[in-house]
Amino acid sequence: MKDLLNSWGPTAATFLPLVGMLVLLAIPKTEETLAKVVALVTTTSVFVVVVAMLFEFDYDSTGTMQFALDKSWIEAINARYTIGIDGMSLPLIVLTAFVMPFVVIYSWDHFPEPKNPKVFLTLLLILETGMVGCFVAQDLLLFFVFFEVVLLPMFFLIGVFGGDDRKYASFKFFLYTVFGSAFMIVSILAVYFLYAQNVGDGTGTFSLAALSAWGGEGLAKNTGILIFGGFFLAFGVKVPMFPFHTWLPDAHTQAPTQGSVILAAVLLKLGTYGFIRIAIPLLPEAAKWWAPIIGLLAVIGIIYGALGCLAQTDMKRLIAFSSVAHMGYVMLGIATLTPLGINAAIFGMVAHGLITGMLFFIAGSVKDRFHTLDMSRLGGLLLKAPHMGWLLGFSVMASLGLPGLAGFWGEFPALLAAYSPAEGLSEPVFRTFMVIGAIGTIFAAGYLLWMLQRVAFGRPTEEFEDEHIHDMHLTDYIAWAPFIVMIVVLGVYPQLIFKITDGAVVQSLAAITGN
Amino acid sequence: MLTHAWIIPLIPAISFVLILAIGKKLPRGGSEIGIASVAICFVLALTVAFGWVSRVNDGTPPEGRQSSQSYLITEGHETRPVTEADAEAENGTDAAAHGTEAEATSTDHEAEATESTEATATEDEHGTETSAEGEEGGEEHHATSAVVRDMTWFDSGGFDIRVGTMVDGLSSLMLVVVTLISLLVHVFSTDYVAGDRRYTHYFAFLSLFTASMLFFVLSSSTIQMIVGWELVGLCSFALIGHWWEEKPNSDAALKAFLTNRVGDVGLLCGMIILFFAANGSFDIVRITEMANEGAIRHSLLLIASLSLMTAVMSKSGQFVLHTWLPDAMAGPTPVSALIHAATMVVAGIYMVARLYPVFFEGLSIGTGNINALAIMGSVTLLFGALLAFVQSDIKKVLAYSTISQLGYMVMALGVGAWTAAIFHLFTHAIFKACLFLGSGSLAHHIHSFDMKKDMGGMRKVMPKTYATFLIGTAALMGVPLVTAGFWSKDEILAGAHMLGGGGDGYPFAIVMGLLGAICTCAYMTRAIWYVFFGEPRGKSAEMELHENGPRIVVPLMILAFGSIVAGFVNIPDGSIPWPAKWQLWFEHMVEPTGTYFVATNPDFGHPSFLPWVAVVSFGAIVVGAGAAYLWYWKGLGPHGITERNRFARAGYVVLEKKYGLDILYTDWIAGGVKGPIARAAYWINQNVIDGLVNLVGRTAAKTGQWVYRYVDQGAIDGAVNGSGATASGAGEVLRKTQTGKVQTYGSYLFVGAALLAAVIVVIAS
Repeated sequence: MKDLLNSWGPTAATFLPLVGMLVLLAIPKTEETLAKVVALVTTTSVFVVVVAMLFEFDYDSTGTMQFALDKSWIEAINARYTIGIDGMSLPLIVLTAFVMPFVVIYSWDHFPEPKNPKVFLTLLLILETGMVGCFVAQDLLLFFVFFEVVLLPMFFLIGVFGGDDRKYASFKFFLYTVFGSAFMIVSILAVYFLYAQNVGDGTGTFSLAALSAWGGEGLAKNTGILIFGGFFLAFGVKVPMFPFHTWLPDAHTQAPTQGSVILAAVLLKLGTYGFIRIAIPLLPEAAKWWAPIIGLLAVIGIIYGALGCLAQTDMKRLIAFSSVAHMGYVMLGIATLTPLGINAAIFGMVAHGLITGMLFFIAGSVKDRFHTLDMSRLGGLLLKAPHMGWLLGFSVMASLGLPGLAGFWGEFPALLAAYSPAEGLSEPVFRTFMVIGAIGTIFAAGYLLWMLQRVAFGRPTEEFEDEHIHDMHLTDYIAWAPFIVMIVVLGVYPQLIFKITDGAVVQSLAAITGN
Repeated sequence: MLTHAWIIPLIPAISFVLILAIGKKLPRGGSEIGIASVAICFVLALTVAFGWVSRVNDGTPPEGRQSSQSYLITEGHETRPVTEADAEAENGTDAAAHGTEAEATSTDHEAEATESTEATATEDEHGTETSAEGEEGGEEHHATSAVVRDMTWFDSGGFDIRVGTMVDGLSSLMLVVVTLISLLVHVFSTDYVAGDRRYTHYFAFLSLFTASMLFFVLSSSTIQMIVGWELVGLCSFALIGHWWEEKPNSDAALKAFLTNRVGDVGLLCGMIILFFAANGSFDIVRITEMANEGAIRHSLLLIASLSLMTAVMSKSGQFVLHTWLPDAMAGPTPVSALIHAATMVVAGIYMVARLYPVFFEGLSIGTGNINALAIMGSVTLLFGALLAFVQSDIKKVLAYSTISQLGYMVMALGVGAWTAAIFHLFTHAIFKACLFLGSGSLAHHIHSFDMKKDMGGMRKVMPKTYATFLIGTAALMGVPLVTAGFWSKDEILAGAHMLGGGGDGYPFAIVMGLLGAICTCAYMTRAIWYVFFGEPRGKSAEMELHENGPRIVVPLMILAFGSIVAGFVNIPDGSIPWPAKWQLWFEHMVEPTGTYFVATNPDFGHPSFLPWVAVVSFGAIVVGAGAAYLWYWKGLGPHGITERNRFARAGYVVLEKKYGLDILYTDWIAGGVKGPIARAAYWINQNVIDGLVNLVGRTAAKTGQWVYRYVDQGAIDGAVNGSGATASGAGEVLRKTQTGKVQTYGSYLFVGAALLAAVIVVIAS
C-alpha cells in the first residue's frame, strides 16, 4: 500500500479525473445518469486515494516531501515531472478532493442552465486535475501548466452555465488571470536563468526544492524585488488581493453554484498557496521588502471588502465580496512571514473554503427556490425552509469567525502573528495592521448578520407568502453535512491542521527565521 | 473531582446536541434533557466547591513541603532581581515549566519561586501547585494553589497553545452560581415559555449557553476565555432574537452582537499583547505570575488592561458601550435573568478578576487614588441608575439597574476591593435573578412589562410574587443587616474609602457609589409603587389575575431566600456577633492566595467593616426610598416639573434619549458605515477600480484594432493573425465572440512568452 502510494499516489490523485473525463466523453449525451455516476465514482476515487495518503502520511516529518516522484519531462530545458506532498500542501489537497464529490452530489438534480450534465461534469473533472496538480507540483513549469489548466474549465463553467451577465464575467475572470500569469512566467524564467548563472553552472532549473535551497542568494536586491513582483501580480490577482479583486464579485455572481463553490473553496487558494510555496521560499529577502505592502493591501482588503459587502443588495454578490475580506486575513498571516502567521493562513484557506463554499451552496439553493437573490425580496427563510435557514445561520456564524468553528482559527492566529512579525519587519506597522484587522471583525459580523437578518429572520415577503418552498433535498443533506461536520471538527480541535502544517511551514521559512 | 472539572461543561454541551437531535420527539420537548443535565452539573459544581473548601481547610499540599516553600518564596522576594532574571530565562525556554517537577531544593529555589509547578502525571495532565504566602504583617497563611489540568490544543510556530481547566475558589464559585441560576431558570422556563413556537430550540440554547459559560469560567488559558466569551455572546444573540419574526427583536439581537464585537476588538488585542508579554503563552497562571513578579513591562500591562477594559465595557454593560443591554430585554424573561443579569454579563468582571494582577499592576490600583477602571465603574453605576428613573418597562428598569450594579463591581475591582467585587457578583446574581424572574411572573398572564400602562395593585393578586420581589428589592437597595446586598455593597464602599495609595481611598468612587445607592433606592421604590400599589391599570385591570404555579413561584422563593442568607457567608469581624470560624468565610475560600494573585503585594489590602459607612448607606436608603415614597405614595413634591421647568425638562429628555448614545451608534455610526460610507466605497469599486480595469480592456481592444488594421493588414501577412486577433480580443470579445476561445488563450500565452523574452534579456544581461 505504502509503496504503491509512494510512487503513484499524487499522480493518481491528479490524473484520475482525466481518466474519468475520457470515459465521460465516450458516454452518449443522453445517458445522463451514467454520466453522473462516472463523475461521482471518479471524484470519490480521488478522494479515496487522498484519504489513503492521509493515513500513510508521516506526520513526524511534515517538512519533507512525501510520496515524491521525480521523472524527466522536458529534458531540453530541464523541466521535470517532480511531484510530492508535504504539510503545506496536504490540507489543500484534502480540501480539493473533499469538495469535489460533494459538488457532484449537489449537482445531481441542480444542473444549471443549459442543462448538459455531460459537458458540465467533464469541465468539473478537468478542473480537478488542474487543482490537485497545482498542489502536488514541485516543479515551477509543471505548476504553471496546472495553474493555467484550471483556467479554461472555469472559464467555460462561468461563460456557458452562468447567469445573465456571464460573458462579461467569464472574460474578465479569464483575461485578468492570464494578465497575472504573464508576469509569473516572466518571473519563472527569470529565476530559471539566474539560477543557471549563479549556482547552476549554466544549467537552469525549475525544481522548487533546488530553487528554494538557493533562495535567491547573490541576487541584486532590486532583481529579487522585481521577480517577486511578477509572482505577486499573478498570485495577487488569483487571491484576489485589493486592488486586483474586481473580477471576483462578477465571476462569483455569474458562476453557477458549483462554480462558485469551487472558486471559493479551491481556486482562490491557488494564489495564497503560490505565495507560501513559491514566492516566499524562492525569494525570502524580496519577500521581506514586499511584506509590508502585502500586509497593507491585506488590511485594506479586509475593511474595503467589508464595506463592499455592506453596499450589496444581492446575497450572492455579498458572499463574493466577503471573500475579499476573508482572504485579507489569510494574506495578513502570510505577510508576517512567521510560522505562526503562515500556519494561520493555511488554516484560514481551508476554513474559508469550507465556510464560503457552504454559503454559496445555500445561496444557490435559495436562488433555486425563490428565483431571486435580491435581499429586499427575501426574508423569513427560517419560516419557509427552517433547516436551510438554520444552516445559513450556522454558516454565517462560522464565517464571522465565531470561536469553536473553523473560521476563528484562521483569523485570530493571523492577528496574533501580526503583533510580532518576522525579524526585519516593522513592528509598529504590523501592529497597526493587527488593530485594523481586528476592527475588521466588527464589520464582518455586521454584514453577515445583516444578511442573515434580511434573508432568514422576519416573515416572508408578500410575494412568497403562499408559495411552497421546498426545504432541503436529500442531495443537499448529503452534500452539505460533511462541510458542517468539518467546520465544527476543525473549530473544536484545530490541531488537526496545525499539526500537519507546522513542520513544513517552519522549514519553508528557515531562510527568514534563521533556523 | 477538582481535576475532573472538564466534565461539567461537557454535560450541557452534549445536552445541546441531544436536544437539537431528538428534543422535538420527546414528551416535554427536550426540556427534560436540559433540566437533567444542568441538575447534574449543579451537583458536580457543588462537589467541586466542597472539594475546594476542604482543600483550603486541609491546607494541601502537605505541611512539610508547604513550610519549606514559603521559606523559599521569602528568599525569592529578597533576591528579587535574581528572580526576575531567572523568570525570563526560564520563560524563554518554551512552556518547559509545565509538566516538569521543579524540585524544592536550595539549588534552584529561584525557579521554584517563579514557576513552582508540580507535575503529577503525564504530559497532558498536571496540577500546578502555586506556592504559599506570608500575608501582610508577617502573618503566616497557607496558600492554596489552583488545580490546573490542561492539554495541548494546538502547536503553531513553536508555541504550545493549551486548553484546560483551572479550579480555584473563584472558578468554583462561578460554577455554583451559573449552574444554580441556570437550574432555576430552566425550571421556571418550563412553565413560562410553555407552548412557545420554538420551545425545543429555546432549551437547546439554554444548554449551549450553560456549557459555554462553564467552559469560560473554567478557562486555564486566555485564548480559552476568548472562545467562551464569544460563545456566550452567540447564545445571547440567539436568545435575544428568539422571536425573530418581529424585526425589533432581531434588531436587538444584532445590536447586542455588534456592540460586543466592538469590545471584542479590545479583548483580542489585549490578549494578544499579554500573549507576547508572557513570552508566548496564553496560560493564565503564567501571565498573572509574570505580572505579579514585575516581569512584564508596566507600559505593556497598562495598554493590555486598557484594551481589555473595552471588552469589559461591552460585555458587562459599562458606560459607553452599555446600550445593547436594555435592548436585550427583547428576549424571553428567564433569559434576561440568566444571561443578561446573573451570569453572562458578569463575564467581564470575571475576566478582570481572573487576570487581576495585570490590572492591579497596569493601572497601579494599589498605589493610586484614581484609575480608569474605577472611573468607568463609578460613572456607569450612577449614569445607569439615573436612566432607570425614566423607564416605564419594568424589565428596562431592572436592566439599567443591572448596568448600575455591574458598575459597582467594576468600581470595586478598580479600587482594589477584589473580594468585595466578587462577593457582590455573587449576591447580585441571586437577587437580580429573583427580580427578573419576578417580573416574568408578573407579566406571565398580562404579556406586558409596562408598569405605567398595564400594572398596578398587583400585590393583592400575586402575593407570593410580591413578597419575593420585595425581598429582592430590599437586597438590591441594601437594607442593612438582613439582606445580602447590604453586606456586599457595604464592603465595596468601605473598600473605596480605605484602599488606594496613601490611605486616602478613592474619593471619586465613594461619592459616586453613595449617590448611586440613593438613586437605586429611589427608582426601585418607584417601580414597586407602579407595579404593586395603586389601582390596577390596563391589562391587569381587564384580566382575572392569579398567582402563578409552583414551577414559577418555587424558584422565586429559593432566590428570595438566597437574597437574604447569601450575605452571611462573608460577615466581616467587628460588625455583628458571628462565630469567628465563619467570619469572612467567603473571602478565605474564594480569594486566591497563590502566586497567581496579588495577595502577596504589599499594596493589596482588604477593607474592614466601617460602622459609619453602614450608617451612611443606610441614610442613602432612607433618603432615596423616602423621597420616592413621599413622591408616589403621598403625592408630595413638584409633580409635573418636567413640564413646567425648562431645565428639568431638558434633564428628562437627556435621560429619555439615553444621553443620545443610541442615536450616535445606530443612526450615525452604524447607519453611516452601512449607508454613505459603504456606498461610496462600492461606487469607487465599480467606477474607479473596475472602471480602470475596463478602460485597460477597452484600450487594449482599440490598440488591437488599430494594430490589426494598419500594421497587421497593412504590413504583415496572416502568419501572426492569431496573435493579432488576440490583442483585439480584450474588449471586443467581451461582447461578441463565442468561438475561438482556445486560440485566444493560446495566443495569450504566446504574448506572455514574447513579453517575457524581452524582460529576461533585460534582467539577465
